Amino acid sequence: MSKFKKKKSGELPAISTASLPDIVFMLLFFFMVATVMRQNTLMIENKLPFADQVEKLDRKELVSYIYAGKPSERYQQKFGTEARIQLNDKFSEVKDIQNFIYAERESKREELIPYLTTALKVDVETNMGLVSDIKQELRKAEALKINYTTRIGEVAKNN
Amino acid sequence: MAKRSAPEVNAGSMADIAFLLLIFFLVTTTIETDRGISRKLPPIQDENVVPPVIKQKNIFTVIVDRNNRLLVEDEIMELANLRKAAIAFLDNGGGVGEDGCTYCQGAKDPAASDNPKKAIISLVNDRKTEYRTYISVQNELVAAYNELRDRESQRLFGMDYLDMEAKYNDPNFRGNKDKLETQLNQVKEMYPQLLSEAEPKSS
Repeated sequence: MSKFKKKKSGELPAISTASLPDIVFMLLFFFMVATVMRQNTLMIENKLPFADQVEKLDRKELVSYIYAGKPSERYQQKFGTEARIQLNDKFSEVKDIQNFIYAERESKREELIPYLTTALKVDVETNMGLVSDIKQELRKAEALKINYTTRIGEVAKNN
Repeated sequence: MAKRSAPEVNAGSMADIAFLLLIFFLVTTTIETDRGISRKLPPIQDENVVPPVIKQKNIFTVIVDRNNRLLVEDEIMELANLRKAAIAFLDNGGGVGEDGCTYCQGAKDPAASDNPKKAIISLVNDRKTEYRTYISVQNELVAAYNELRDRESQRLFGMDYLDMEAKYNDPNFRGNKDKLETQLNQVKEMYPQLLSEAEPKSS
């Protein structure tokens, strides 16, 4: 009798957590490999428009980013609410774009230069005046390949 | 001296450290790649070059005013109808003889474009136009070209133009790339993207 009793009386065995670190490390490595760090801290509002005739922008190392939009709330006191350009981590003027493009070109290997693309990340509420000024500067700098970065969706969602 | 056994390092906190790192990478991760409408800007023209004369009927003017309203060929139009109107214009094929277009399926209206190879879409913005409207218009015009190219590549090669392009850009594609390129160029030549943007007007 006592033999059977002994078996039954055992409590629920604790689940071993010894393999937990392994599982977590596995996840960790996945995210480490998949991570792309945000390159720029945005100082402007950047709500992208919708479009559906889009192409993928592969090869991130060949893309330089130009942001435009009105300054986000905490910069509004200093910079006002008029839409502005952001290059790298600071507000810039239209005339800085050429130098920015030349600096980007300088940092790339020579054989890659013809493939450089400029991605324009422009807020939906920006006026075309500013965008055309940017485009004009890009033409002067001969950075002719551009990409208007958008979100994917019907254009009807833009309004 | 008495020989001591080395004390074992406690690995119990390893999971905590790993969790900390994991959460950091989870927060900073952005997996998706950017997508957008690709365009090529025209190089700056020499001012002495005289622009070629283009027949008025071969130009499709789209004007977007400061209140984001569309004026297409001097008529007010909703954005939803723009794609259709652009297709009708490009695919018109009203030319005769040398200017004719054998593959067009349009209305052959003598007052609209002669041939898709000559048809130019001219987009004029105001400086006050909102970017969202500009992108919507761009998107619709690109869509019009893509739709026509799709139709022709479907007819000639039984494949969608965009699929062909995706295959062409895919580095892992095993098929015949040269053949694909000539096919792509053939379709591109039938409906070249002639989209001209004027300097925006300020009013």
